[in-house]
Amino acid sequence: MKQKEIAALLDEPACAHNAKDKSGCAKLKPGATAGGCSFDGAQIALLPIADVAHIVHGSIACAGNSWDNRGARSSGPSLYKIGMTTDLTEQDVIMGRSEKRLFLGIKQAIESYKPAAVFVYNTCVPALTGDDVGAVCREAQTRWGTPVVSVDAAGFYGTKNLGNRIAGETMVTQVCGTREPDPVPPGIEHAGFKVHDVNLVAEYNIAGELWNVLPLLDELGLRVLCSLSGDARFHEVQTMHRAEVNMMVCSKAMINVARKLKETYGIPWFEGSFYGVADVSQALRDFARIIDDPDLTRRTEALIAREEAKIHAALEPYRARLQGRKVLLYTGGVKSWSIISALQDLGMTVVATGTRKSTEEDKARIRELMGEDAVMIEDGNPRGLIDRVRENDVDILIAGGRNLYTALKARIPFLDINQEREFGYAGYVGMVELARQLCLTVESPIWDAVRRPAPWAATDGQSHQASAKSLSLAAPERAPVEVPSHA
Amino acid sequence: MPEIIKRNKALSVSPLKASNTVGAALAFLGFNRTIPMLHGSQGCTAFGKIFFVRHFREPIPLQTTAIDQVSAIMGSEAQVVEGLKTLCEKSAPDLIGLPTTGLVETQGADIEMAVRVFRETWPQFAGTAVVPVSTPDFTGCMESGYAQATKAIIETLVPTAAEAGTRPGRRERQVNVLPGSHLTPGDIEYLKDLIEAFGLSPMVLPDLSDSLDGHLPETDYNPLTIGGTRVSDLASVGDATATLVIGASMDAAADALAARTGVPDHRFAHLMDIDAVDRLVMALARIADRPVPAKIERQRAQLQDALLDCHFMLGMSRFAIAADPDLLVGFSRMLASVGAEVVAAVAPANAPALQDVAAAEVKIGDLEDLEIAARERDAEILIGNSHAVHTAERLGIPMLRAGFPQYDRVGGFQRTWIGYRGTRDAIFDLSNLLLGEERGEIHPYRSRLKQYPEDEREMSRPH
Repeated sequence: MKQKEIAALLDEPACAHNAKDKSGCAKLKPGATAGGCSFDGAQIALLPIADVAHIVHGSIACAGNSWDNRGARSSGPSLYKIGMTTDLTEQDVIMGRSEKRLFLGIKQAIESYKPAAVFVYNTCVPALTGDDVGAVCREAQTRWGTPVVSVDAAGFYGTKNLGNRIAGETMVTQVCGTREPDPVPPGIEHAGFKVHDVNLVAEYNIAGELWNVLPLLDELGLRVLCSLSGDARFHEVQTMHRAEVNMMVCSKAMINVARKLKETYGIPWFEGSFYGVADVSQALRDFARIIDDPDLTRRTEALIAREEAKIHAALEPYRARLQGRKVLLYTGGVKSWSIISALQDLGMTVVATGTRKSTEEDKARIRELMGEDAVMIEDGNPRGLIDRVRENDVDILIAGGRNLYTALKARIPFLDINQEREFGYAGYVGMVELARQLCLTVESPIWDAVRRPAPWAATDGQSHQASAKSLSLAAPERAPVEVPSHA
Repeated sequence: MPEIIKRNKALSVSPLKASNTVGAALAFLGFNRTIPMLHGSQGCTAFGKIFFVRHFREPIPLQTTAIDQVSAIMGSEAQVVEGLKTLCEKSAPDLIGLPTTGLVETQGADIEMAVRVFRETWPQFAGTAVVPVSTPDFTGCMESGYAQATKAIIETLVPTAAEAGTRPGRRERQVNVLPGSHLTPGDIEYLKDLIEAFGLSPMVLPDLSDSLDGHLPETDYNPLTIGGTRVSDLASVGDATATLVIGASMDAAADALAARTGVPDHRFAHLMDIDAVDRLVMALARIADRPVPAKIERQRAQLQDALLDCHFMLGMSRFAIAADPDLLVGFSRMLASVGAEVVAAVAPANAPALQDVAAAEVKIGDLEDLEIAARERDAEILIGNSHAVHTAERLGIPMLRAGFPQYDRVGGFQRTWIGYRGTRDAIFDLSNLLLGEERGEIHPYRSRLKQYPEDEREMSRPH
């Protein structure tokens, strides 16, 4: 991919912070960089498309160290779970045989697995040697008649976020609009019930959480033409251009998709979240508002009233247990606010939230939810997070899997909120799972055992576990370690 | 000797291979107050980190030189120097490992030169050892990267006898151990116990049983490894009485150690059957000049008893195994020792050790190859990493998890496979898997001539 094209992708007019430095241009600091590369981002964004053969063109690390490690689920095909890579050898690299291997690899994937399409992800080594992956894909598609899409997002192009955008761009320009949607199955529409087509953009069906929401959309007559990309099929992506409205789900990662679909096909879009009772209801209302069908609006309000009443009752026992508990939230972008409302629904107090990847718009929403003096954490280095937990008497740290074991080593209750997690929190019913998981760790009997020094250990003053709160939380009879001075 | 079947297809499908580069990182993680920094783009490290975090369920110190578009084209030396400086400033590690990736090797990066430039530019960080090693991911596999990094550590940090004045046997109780990447923290712990049982003092390098054994340390946060071999101890490796080398992959590292120190070594391809463990125990008895402790003899007798109990289930049973070469050798030998047969064997990369696999053939390939071979030859049990769970499901046979990565269960990272005891536990587990299957069971036959009681008659009517 050319520098110019990358610069174009980093220039995102629909983004509130577009006027600022382009994230992809910020020079990464060697020895102090965390996070995935562009290939990682592109793969995450598209891998959940279940009936596609996803081929990673490169040496083994890109696929071998990473395949099958995401929690995105499929209701049908499992082809996306099968790792495929050209696994380039030294000979391939030196002798320039990697394009040929890729060409034959595409053939092999088509013959053995009969995929709906083949996606080829370019990576660093072939990008550096200058493989023309696009040409190989075009040739393969002509030869074998299966769509072959080149996703050119080599790791050194930039960050994971850039990779998300490259992936989205590739779908909009190469796949959307290549097929018309199927007719609505007969017997569903009737007077006062019209089916409307919508897309969900950047919803990955982690742990199957899309299925917490889909029954509600079905009930309302909202047909998801395509969820990009949770539980998606290739032929659904092809029809995205026909939606009446796009919902950007909880992530700026593919905002360019929503913007381009608006520019090209005039599809309006809104940004929303399926986390938290208030946000789920808001998302449903936004669909109805934009579609502007009075029947839909009426049915939406009725459904919201019914579901909210049901979930409030279901959450009541948990609310009593979680009331007043303090949370430190450290997660990327939109989740920095979408999860806040979910936690507040449970009566918890969010003492601070991470904003490293948040936009100005995200921050405005945070202030709305947490008040003007909301504490925002820009730098989420592990030491700093642990210190903040201690300083604020935090009961639980909610963050991405990256911080899971850091928190556990510091004996801090933790909830994983990112894509490697095994539980779905979306939708009204997802809130019950969220509450259950929060209680499960916060109320666990292990905290005392892991914080208490061995009975034979010397008891001279400061213990390493050291947080007054963390000790008193689990063992109230124990004197706090740091005694305030009364002098 | 098995026939080695080379890769003959364009794609690797359901890859078995983890990269050479992360293998090197693993070796560095066996040293105390250490951090590996992969020389490549940030994703190389992000993937490697998740790979180990999920396997060990531990925080893993791992950094990156963060190659971007400019440094990919214009050269990456400055990235290395800046990365090393940043790590030294932030956490003053004892050791920084610097494995290269395919990206920078394709670029032609001179990593030795970059380290020299770092030394000249930032002499104040001389207290931090830096070990560069060339481990592109377009060659080898995890096992080879680990072995190459261990060799590089020895060549960089173990002084020659002439330099340091070390003398083999000066520390008459010290025994060096070079464990291959197929040994788990649990294996190494067992090995240390065994050595100590002879009154000897083990010096393991790298020692994952001290850094990644999954223990809760006193301190609440560490940007570096929280245990492992101390870099300062490498100075006295040359005074040891003997070196034990486990796994043929470690041969080159062992050669380097012997050449530098003159310490005699004893090499073992694996420690997963009674013969191999007997050889180790004999070697230790000779080194220590002591009789074999009664406890060890008892463990041997327990393994013998288990062999008796288990040969009924394991005899003529059919296994499919996918693993890095040394682990493949170990399992195949263990199974051969109880009369089981390895009918499908796959390794991710070729290695001389594969000549020792007890099987008719070994395929250099992936889990798709394993699946095809296992189906063709009616394998009854599969041994492999967590990726192979899907393979076993499709084959409809039970599996035993071994190797890297194991992310769908807890505790696999530390399981002890070696020694009399580890071997016994493994054959118990494998026998139990077979007992859970309906092997050789005769299905009931209902004769139409049999005199059935009234309420059974309906069942015996022909369908």
